[in-house]
Amino acid sequence: MKVLRSLLVLAMAAAILPACTKRPNPANTSKSTVKMELNSVAGGSGLTLNSQWYQNEHGDSFKVTKFNYYISNIRLNGNDVSYTEAESYHLFQQSDASSSSFDLKDVPYGQYSSITFMIGVDSMRNVSGAQTGALDPVNGMFWTWSTGYIMVKFEGVSPKSAQPGNIVEYHAGGFTGANSTLRTVTLNLPTPITVGADGENHVHLTADILKLFKSPNVFDFAVTNSVMLPGDNGRKFADNYANMFTVSFAGL
Amino acid sequence: MKKKYVTVLLILLVAGVWQAGCRKDTISPDSPGPIAFNVPAGWPQPAYSFAANPLTRAGFELGRKLFYDVRLSRDNTISCGSCHQQSNAFAHADHALSHGVNDLLGTRNTPGLSNMAWHTTYFWDGGVNNLESQPINPIQNHVEMDMTMPEVIARVGADAGYRSRFRMAFGDEGVNSQRIFKAMAQFMGAMVSADSKYDRHVNGTAGGDFTASELNGLSVFRQKCAGCHKEPLFSDFSFRNNGLAPTAVNDTGRIHITGDAADRYKFKVPSLRDVALTAPYMHDGRFTSLSAVLEHYTGGIHTSPTLDGVLTGGLSMTEVEKHDVLNFLNTLTDTTFTKDKRFSEPR
Repeated sequence: MKVLRSLLVLAMAAAILPACTKRPNPANTSKSTVKMELNSVAGGSGLTLNSQWYQNEHGDSFKVTKFNYYISNIRLNGNDVSYTEAESYHLFQQSDASSSSFDLKDVPYGQYSSITFMIGVDSMRNVSGAQTGALDPVNGMFWTWSTGYIMVKFEGVSPKSAQPGNIVEYHAGGFTGANSTLRTVTLNLPTPITVGADGENHVHLTADILKLFKSPNVFDFAVTNSVMLPGDNGRKFADNYANMFTVSFAGL
Repeated sequence: MKKKYVTVLLILLVAGVWQAGCRKDTISPDSPGPIAFNVPAGWPQPAYSFAANPLTRAGFELGRKLFYDVRLSRDNTISCGSCHQQSNAFAHADHALSHGVNDLLGTRNTPGLSNMAWHTTYFWDGGVNNLESQPINPIQNHVEMDMTMPEVIARVGADAGYRSRFRMAFGDEGVNSQRIFKAMAQFMGAMVSADSKYDRHVNGTAGGDFTASELNGLSVFRQKCAGCHKEPLFSDFSFRNNGLAPTAVNDTGRIHITGDAADRYKFKVPSLRDVALTAPYMHDGRFTSLSAVLEHYTGGIHTSPTLDGVLTGGLSMTEVEKHDVLNFLNTLTDTTFTKDKRFSEPR
């Protein structure tokens, strides 16, 4: 009888307890969305494709015809709380305005003071076969002959380049070893954001295209105008783009 | 008392059904079901895992249809099966180099396809690291099929027959590159060649009795060749410079991928399964027969800084040993595989 009664209690518990782990845990319902925005500038002004002339640190004039990059593995960091975006892969394409904003969903309430992200696609996804969405090779950010993603793609023209059409192409790829072009960046927010019931916070990242060729490595377009393989130049280019972002805004 | 029993059972039943309702089925209701992928006895686990790409009849058949579809080439003339012919263990008979659209020639010999799930890299230079990432290369290569993936997706998506196959394989009619590559990986990954005379010999099953010459050939092979062509897959999947003198093409091999000078003139060690059917040989198809290959290893080694250490000075083999090794290599032919209707062009 006693056994039966305990069985009864157990069975009732099994029936009542939530079975699916997907069901939201009431303790974690205090979440909100943080709006991410990606902007591009060239020094002090907004980046314009195809028509505007710019000057790199070396003094070479150039126009930009393409500027794409991957940003992945986004985390928000606070003292008592942290957030890691699930399936965190975003492709920014300067020519596609819709790629310049996305939502960080289900960010737990709390105060966040910095953001961490990877420029590029982590090594795991470079070896895991066919991907979709931002990582679909139809996006033109994938090397087929040597499997892997192009982390950052810059294309333009400069009179200094002796290539046909004065083309300048910097395609950064490679995810292993000393010449890996993956860079992880942590930036403090100008002021901490409080994710709560008051509304959606915004975080704006601004990439300065002039920084691609500036520091720590100054590129001369007469010398380096085609970076299409993993190697010294790809690594130096990556060391530069690790510095290209600033958080231009964070708040409600 | 009895009533209580019934109540308990009822509650247990309800709880059981409730919990079961949460389990996700990995195969869609329309799928004609899973296919078993069997690792042959004594073989290692494959490098490619079907865990994230469950092998189903519908997925496999979709991959098979894509493999044999000339619409994957710009002028509708070339399919994967054009150069990868089943009768030749999916190599290209009598072609040192294969021709793509407009009779354009590449620079490397079409390798046979079998046991692809065990390979750790693909292509002669190992540039591709996953079976699913392989097909995009010939599809987009200008001297092979010369298509772009958006064009392939448009052609395939315009065909109602294909759309229904995508629904069967993946749950809805959506055609995208990931589904195309996963279906092709199911077809290619399921191509297992493990029923040669050699396999029967090793497993002690019917039809596996070796002649004295074949036995001696196996013994010589194990002493002199198996260091690179490791059993049971007959490759260790490493990259080695096997002493081929560079031709005018000067294909430098693996260094294309790694940028490492130590990899100059290194190529992936090919599997020797079904090797008697996959002539011509080497990355550029320069040798038309297996005896020419043995002549190379025993008397034709070209010395260069990256030459593989075991080939310094060449291999030494008597004429009888060569003869026996050739007889042994013939035991690697698996006609069960080359005649398996599951892998043939769908009619």
